[in-house]
Amino acid sequence: MDKTISINAPLRNDMVRQLKSGDHVEINGVVYAVRDAAHKRLIEMLDKGEELPFDIKDQIIYYVGPCPARPGHVIGSAGPTTSGRMDVYTPRLIELGLAGMIGKGLRSDEVVEAMRKFGAVYFGAVGGAGALLSKCIVSEEIAAFPELGPEALRKLVVRNFPAVVIIDSEGRDLYSSGRRRFQHVFAQNRKM
Amino acid sequence: MREIDVSHIIDTVERLCMQANYELNSDIMHALEEGINREGSDTGRRVLSELVENARIAARERIAICQDTGMAVVFIELGQDVHIKGGSLRDAVNEGVRRGYEKGFLRKSVVSDPFERVNTEDNTPAVIHYDIVEGDRIRVTVAPKGFGSENMSGLRMLKPSDGIEGVKAFILETVDKAGPNPCPPVVVGVGIGGTMEKAALLSKKALLRPVDRRNEDERISRLEEEMKELINGLGIGPAGLGGRLTALAVNMEVFPTHIAGLPVAVNISCHVTRHAEAVI
Repeated sequence: MDKTISINAPLRNDMVRQLKSGDHVEINGVVYAVRDAAHKRLIEMLDKGEELPFDIKDQIIYYVGPCPARPGHVIGSAGPTTSGRMDVYTPRLIELGLAGMIGKGLRSDEVVEAMRKFGAVYFGAVGGAGALLSKCIVSEEIAAFPELGPEALRKLVVRNFPAVVIIDSEGRDLYSSGRRRFQHVFAQNRKM
Repeated sequence: MREIDVSHIIDTVERLCMQANYELNSDIMHALEEGINREGSDTGRRVLSELVENARIAARERIAICQDTGMAVVFIELGQDVHIKGGSLRDAVNEGVRRGYEKGFLRKSVVSDPFERVNTEDNTPAVIHYDIVEGDRIRVTVAPKGFGSENMSGLRMLKPSDGIEGVKAFILETVDKAGPNPCPPVVVGVGIGGTMEKAALLSKKALLRPVDRRNEDERISRLEEEMKELINGLGIGPAGLGGRLTALAVNMEVFPTHIAGLPVAVNISCHVTRHAEAVI
């Protein structure tokens, strides 16, 4: 088993550059839960020249819309959502200093290009392990857009949150390299 | 004629929404546990163990297996000798969903309009499929569907000349393109034949069948096995990080179709593939 690297959030640029595709990590510190609707709001704020609800420099965004917490729990089930839906918004946030993203699934070429250019890393958490991952979240508060309900922007504090570096700041992608090791059937992708 | 009060339907739907979201079905649990032994990737084995552990936590603490507790898809098989009293069947199903998601601490993921996108705050409306059957009972199946996998599904109107090879190629292409997005290992529901919407509905219904039960038609059952082998050769693996286990099962349903057509729908479902049923 590969060794696990403990990292702190916010994530400094020198740390971003050290992380390599395939590294197992545990994340500690503050991450911001932001998904579709809140991303759209952030970009609208930038378009209007407004200040974002949090300083995005060196931050990690977790693509998640958690379940409500049972009494006595910090948060409900809270696993990653599909990152690709945020691709249209992401390069601009990376340009402003966003250092890391936690999610699942493929990213666009534009996102990977921004990650290489400005230095950012894409972590994968296990999709569908929301009950397990919720145990690594030690506090939750709504930081903006409460009217968005499950899509509100949240400030989370995580402890030993397990993730894998999928795409590193040099653009290496674990989804392709991991798959190559096991693939022996190839689909014919046909045009309609 | 048997009379059933809507309150029974409300209570049943409420309970099934929670059960489906908290308790991983045993066929899937077994398939994940078996997968740990067969998976060739260390990371893949680690992911599968985490999914098993996740399911245990969810069942024990009665919290959702996955935070995407889905849009509630509800199948109603209504016996033709049943008379429903006390209100409308549709309202009863929606009230059950409302209560189940609120009382069960489940996420409300439904927006009122595809463009305005304002959350309805109670996860209604449900998508309800009705079937009138013989008898004096109601079978209720609640199958909450998450959109990580729903978004990777597809439908294609093939030509009769495309035949079985065309169907196989489309299924493989759909799972290949989905890659890590739908939370593999996945269950692949396939509907073949009928009309466009019939194929789509069959592909959804196919997901209700346990992963360890093959189609009763031996010809289709062999095709299910063959497709599972092919899909597992794509190398996508648990969580898409590379590995042997990409599909827990391929479940196919077929239906007569038109002389000019060969509709195929592929409904991809994550490793949670929730469904719970009860008979009233």
